[in-house]
Amino acid sequence: MTVTTMTRPTTASPSTTTAAAGAARRRAVLHWVAVHSVAVAAALFFLLPFVFVFLTSVMSDRQALTGDLWPHQWQWGNYLKVWQTPGFLGWWRNTLLYAGLGTLLTIVSSLPVAYALAKFRFRGRNLALMAVISMMMLPPQVTVIPMYLFWAKQLHLTGSLWPLIIPMAFGDAFSIFLLRQFLLTIPKEYVEAARIDGCGELRTLLRVILPMARPAVAAVALFQFFYCWNDYFGPQIYASENEGAWTLSYGLESFKGAHHTDWNLTMAATLLVMAPVIVLFFFAQKAFIEGVTLTGVKG
Amino acid sequence: MAVGSTAVPAALKRKHRRETARTLAFLSPWLIGFGFFFAYPLISTVYFSFMRYDGFTAPTFNGLKNWDYVFNHYPFFWQGLRNTLWLVVVMVALRVAFGLGIGLLITKLKTGVGFFRTAFYLPYLAPPVAATMAFAFLLNPGTGPVNHLLGDLGLPQPGWFTDPSWSKPALTMLAMWGIGDLMVIFMAALLDVPKEQYEAAELDGAGPWQKFRYVTYPNISPIVMFAVVTGVIQTMQYYTQAIVAGKVASGVIGGSGQQFEPGYPHGSTWTLPQMVYNLGFQRFDTGSACVAALVLFAISMAVTSLLLRRRSGFLSSED
Repeated sequence: MTVTTMTRPTTASPSTTTAAAGAARRRAVLHWVAVHSVAVAAALFFLLPFVFVFLTSVMSDRQALTGDLWPHQWQWGNYLKVWQTPGFLGWWRNTLLYAGLGTLLTIVSSLPVAYALAKFRFRGRNLALMAVISMMMLPPQVTVIPMYLFWAKQLHLTGSLWPLIIPMAFGDAFSIFLLRQFLLTIPKEYVEAARIDGCGELRTLLRVILPMARPAVAAVALFQFFYCWNDYFGPQIYASENEGAWTLSYGLESFKGAHHTDWNLTMAATLLVMAPVIVLFFFAQKAFIEGVTLTGVKG
Repeated sequence: MAVGSTAVPAALKRKHRRETARTLAFLSPWLIGFGFFFAYPLISTVYFSFMRYDGFTAPTFNGLKNWDYVFNHYPFFWQGLRNTLWLVVVMVALRVAFGLGIGLLITKLKTGVGFFRTAFYLPYLAPPVAATMAFAFLLNPGTGPVNHLLGDLGLPQPGWFTDPSWSKPALTMLAMWGIGDLMVIFMAALLDVPKEQYEAAELDGAGPWQKFRYVTYPNISPIVMFAVVTGVIQTMQYYTQAIVAGKVASGVIGGSGQQFEPGYPHGSTWTLPQMVYNLGFQRFDTGSACVAALVLFAISMAVTSLLLRRRSGFLSSED
């Protein structure tokens, strides 16, 4: 308001100034109302699906077959029923193993590669970087046939998650790329100072660079954890033949098959699969948002 | 180094050799991974695309028969290509436009920014299978809340995932629900636009649209381009949501061997990556599956090279 009056230091009488200020205030209020109405409508679009899924998940079997939106009686026992479904606990264990071990191996194997790509000078560096980006963009379906034959016929490891976990010990293209993008922002003086102090490259990486790169490492770890948690194609290819090796994302689909029209139990299971990811997000919100920004803005 | 090796002192040469060894050591996990999980399977895929192989008996040379089969006789090839193209055009365009709109909206908010940002971001976190199951329920024509509400408002109630002309729009809606990644990227870009440029435009009497057109857009257009290209690449790989939606809506779900109508309903959710699975793991036609994989590879690489050319910043290095 003060800005509008200041930019117009005309000879207007006091009464017209207050009228103008009043109009500006009204416009600002209208603008506030309009913008926030749109925001509320958008929030409904984003949040109502969760609400409906939750409301159906606590309905009785009979009511879940109707088009009702609100549960008559709240059947919290549905969650217990889902939990006691044969195999459900095993899916949890498998998913945690895949996501936990996969994330750990990815970080350990990708960090040195990213460091070399960001801080070493060598011939073929740009070529290597282009190869990383090509791998990052490669749909997993392109190489799946020979890989499946290899894991099935040479190592007899199909029917387990190992064909998905073991490759993560050999660098993940997306993680390498993201870590490199972040490491580029660390001034090379830090590396040089460490060298002068007589640090070996590995010591420099672990003692000097890693503490500074912690937010990026956290973001990459989260991305990789989510990737494993969400992966459907991988378990479908390698684990589908052995129900004991299924993950939550793969098992969830069969849950609907076993409980044909029981939308209440299926939706309870759906929420149980979503919950850990969302809880994890609230604990690591900052790292995650920074990571998403890193994918698009830096470079 | 180009002066000739005799001019280089021995110590310098040793140092150079040590540095090469160090570089190789740091790169070694990825070098093995690149060879073993990228180069080898790619070459092997090319090899198998010329072989007749069912996975059990020994492969035999088959010439171009697999290629001829996939392009001219496999009933789902062109349909898959058409569907993927539809998704690439419509889904990517709507996702980018919607993501930009939501990003703009967030920057205009004065109250409850934290709440709205989290609310808009949350669906992006939902695992794809879970999100697809949720939408299959929300949009199911019989008892789904969406058609329930549409009915209350006296609006038509589409069959969504069970109607071939509504299944792709339903998938598009699902994709727009998970807009959180784009919102964050656009928000960061929008906050970087220099304030002075807006003030200057306001002094020139620019309206909201003109400010967007002449100040905002030129500043964020590289990010828009980035969102479009990565969106195209993601959509080329569109698999999980399409296959889960088809399975749930058709009512046929289960283990590995179970067949369901490809791309239910009427092939409308059938995408390129599903062909590799269908040919290789359901029809046990390894050769043709490799042809489909190579088609997917060629298209993905073409799009990727576009990304590398448009955003040379990708390859920028500091020293």
